[in-house]
Amino acid sequence: MSAPHRTAEEIGRTAAGPRPVPSLGTQRAAADLSHVDTTLSNGLRVLAVRKATVPLVELRVWIPFAGEDALHPATAEVLAETLLTGTARRDRIEIDADLALIGGDLGSGVDPERLSISGTSLAEGLPTMLDVLADALTGASYADAEVARERERLIERIAVSRTQPRTIAREALQKHRYGNHPAVREVPQAEDVAVVTPEQVRALHQASVLPRGSVLVLVGDIDPQTVIGDLEKALGGWASDRSAVRLPALPDLTGGNVLLVPRAGAVQSQIRLSAQTVPRTDPRYAALQLANLAYGGYFSSRLVENIREDKGYTYSAHSGFEFTDQTAVVNVDADTATDATAAALLETRYELARLGLVPPTADEVESVRQYAIGSLVTSASSQAGLAAQLAALAATGLGAEWLAEHPARLAAVTAEDVANAALEFFAPQRFTGVVVGDADVLAPKLKALGDVTVGEPT
Amino acid sequence: MADPELVRFTLDNGLRVVLAPDATAPVVGVSVHYDVGFRSEPEGRTGFAHLFEHLMFQGSESLEKLAHFRYVQSSGGSFNGSTHPDYTDYFEVLPAAALERALFLEADRMRAPKLTQENLANQIDVVKEEIRLNVLNRPYGGFPWITLPPVLYSTFPNAHNGYGGFEDLEQATIDDCAAFFDTYYSPANAVLTVAGDFTVEQARELIEKHFGDVPHRPAPERPSFAEPAPEGELRGEQIDQHAPLPAIGIGYRMPDPINDLDGYLANLVLAGVLSDGDGSRLQQRMVHREPLVVDIGAGAGLFGPFEARDPDTFTITAIHPPEVSTEQVLAALDDELEKLAATPPEDQELKKVTARWAASLHSEHDKLVSRTLALGSFELLYGDASLVYRLAEKMSAVTGEAVSAAAKALRPDSRAVLVVRPGSGSVESEQEGTEQ
Repeated sequence: MSAPHRTAEEIGRTAAGPRPVPSLGTQRAAADLSHVDTTLSNGLRVLAVRKATVPLVELRVWIPFAGEDALHPATAEVLAETLLTGTARRDRIEIDADLALIGGDLGSGVDPERLSISGTSLAEGLPTMLDVLADALTGASYADAEVARERERLIERIAVSRTQPRTIAREALQKHRYGNHPAVREVPQAEDVAVVTPEQVRALHQASVLPRGSVLVLVGDIDPQTVIGDLEKALGGWASDRSAVRLPALPDLTGGNVLLVPRAGAVQSQIRLSAQTVPRTDPRYAALQLANLAYGGYFSSRLVENIREDKGYTYSAHSGFEFTDQTAVVNVDADTATDATAAALLETRYELARLGLVPPTADEVESVRQYAIGSLVTSASSQAGLAAQLAALAATGLGAEWLAEHPARLAAVTAEDVANAALEFFAPQRFTGVVVGDADVLAPKLKALGDVTVGEPT
Repeated sequence: MADPELVRFTLDNGLRVVLAPDATAPVVGVSVHYDVGFRSEPEGRTGFAHLFEHLMFQGSESLEKLAHFRYVQSSGGSFNGSTHPDYTDYFEVLPAAALERALFLEADRMRAPKLTQENLANQIDVVKEEIRLNVLNRPYGGFPWITLPPVLYSTFPNAHNGYGGFEDLEQATIDDCAAFFDTYYSPANAVLTVAGDFTVEQARELIEKHFGDVPHRPAPERPSFAEPAPEGELRGEQIDQHAPLPAIGIGYRMPDPINDLDGYLANLVLAGVLSDGDGSRLQQRMVHREPLVVDIGAGAGLFGPFEARDPDTFTITAIHPPEVSTEQVLAALDDELEKLAATPPEDQELKKVTARWAASLHSEHDKLVSRTLALGSFELLYGDASLVYRLAEKMSAVTGEAVSAAAKALRPDSRAVLVVRPGSGSVESEQEGTEQ
């Protein structure tokens, strides 16, 4: 790079000198969305929203899907993988072809809390998408060959997944903070998957794929009024007197030691801390949300500015909420080089304590407030973003009104509210967590930091 | 649906501008695409284009370190940048009230970025962490985008690692940064795109106000990165210490994305026919019927389509159980390609692929950030942002014969095959994965 060029100093200045940053213009409010929030005769709650920005429709189904049985996670995983692989009316390839011709896709996934189905299609193809969905919900056949094949693929995918540092860290965190609660069983054991039978999958479908207590969200180029009738017709055959199975309440986190989980030779460590907070329905939530943003919830946060932009310990550091049924925790994540891990944990804890003791300034509060409001508007500006938001809200019993009213709640938060939330919820001793990494190198320094134990989670 | 309004013009200093007004939501997207990517970085400085992208966020004449992030986010917006083979983009999505502020931020760093030793050292550390996170510490990290090109290509621009080796990154100097900026980051080598809730007159005025006095520097002459296609099958092997299962990456040369767009689109449709959905040919046969692989995918481009000029890569990747051999996977693939080469796919099969493409393009354009970036990259690479809105139609015009011809061109004697073998899983060096 030797061509004639200016020096870095010359590049960094102009004759005119620094200029003032323009102030913000006036913001127009987002248009109100026409929507319907109702319950079908089979007990399924439906949220339908007209948003005709593109000729598509987005669909989300959330079915509470907990189970205590030891084989439940494996059976549920096989069910999710085979739900859309055949019915009495369509085999796997016909399902794919019917959806493809409407530019559509339907996919399903499962975790300890819920079975979720996501779909999208050209708006004109909605009747076909609903027909395929209803077909699978009421008549998935779980053919022996499909179950056998998906079992095999799942076992292979589980092997891949368990080598991902983030999966290893997540499993360690779940066990360390929740012990044997069913919520921890996010990735099934390969040996459990191997013994799941088609009969067990069909029985689980009968027992647990239920409309009552479940939610369906539709967002797109639709008429919310008439679509309810279409849904009633399409899903009328999906019925049961029982309700979908909810996860037992999670125990409240009370804080505790950080567990150093050995991963020999790792070049990077995963820091994962977690503490109890309150859900969106709590009056303190808006202030808590702003406190979290100030801590590590956006790039301009104290944590990111400290351990990435000042010290270069990490590429990504982040804190955010995890909502499970009616509860919520805040999680702090950072992946750091082995050599920087202990120092990064020290700074992470320091910033937790500082958030309560030196609470966010008026400028910090204004910044996170604008960010919270702005990102709400931006993410709700696409069909997929809005559908995802509404599905998450609907699962906790909230709806489009909550979304519409939330900017006003954020606007009303005072700096004192944020300071109170910071002191109450971000105190370091409220946190527990794990560090996964090269224990030979990490242990001496982490132990010296204190409140760290070494071992596998039990 | 009628094409949305597009306004294009060029400032006196050479900056090309694309405006795409849309009042459906009170938000705006702003992006700047610079016509330089990792194919242009010099030997001995692998990873430099990406490292430089990080530095562009670290302050400018009017903005202290961290101020860029703070101004975007305290306006309610989000931001990022990314480095591709042939371009580097920077973007923000914000509430519409912050349009002028976003333009100011982009103009200030186009005019006078603050390139300091301290920030360079800090961002070298951050980039190394990014590489550890995305490449070194995870299974299949960098596969195939880092590991396949050195097998398929023989010249430095096309073959080298765009994330860079740690040694090269550590040797980057402030003078390298100054030279890179003066060469490639001139307004005449960039496209500014604004999409969303604004009026054309208002945006024009603000753009002239903030970018108008960025001094003109000539755009550098763009070199050709052309190199001949392989004359035989090239093989490479990589040991992946984290991977639990073997994988295979296959790279073919494909038609010039810019000058033979129809040929390129036929390859995109071919990729869909091969691997998009349960009914696609490779999924049906190799995942479900035989089965040989856990997963298989085919696609144009190493990160996706429309992000590079010629030469570009058609890739097929598969993860498979250890008891299946590389040769078995290749034989089944070649057999399916031969079938397609001999008999063009029927209209119904094509329609499945193109309807899904139409929907996914709509979906992409529904997200303001994707739409802004697509308009900018098409203006930069194709000289025509409006092509974005005609892609779906052009894809549905691809014939079965064209797909058949595309399949015929994916020849076993002119491709690269990278075999990834699981390693022992315990000992690893920091350089693993970045060495070729």
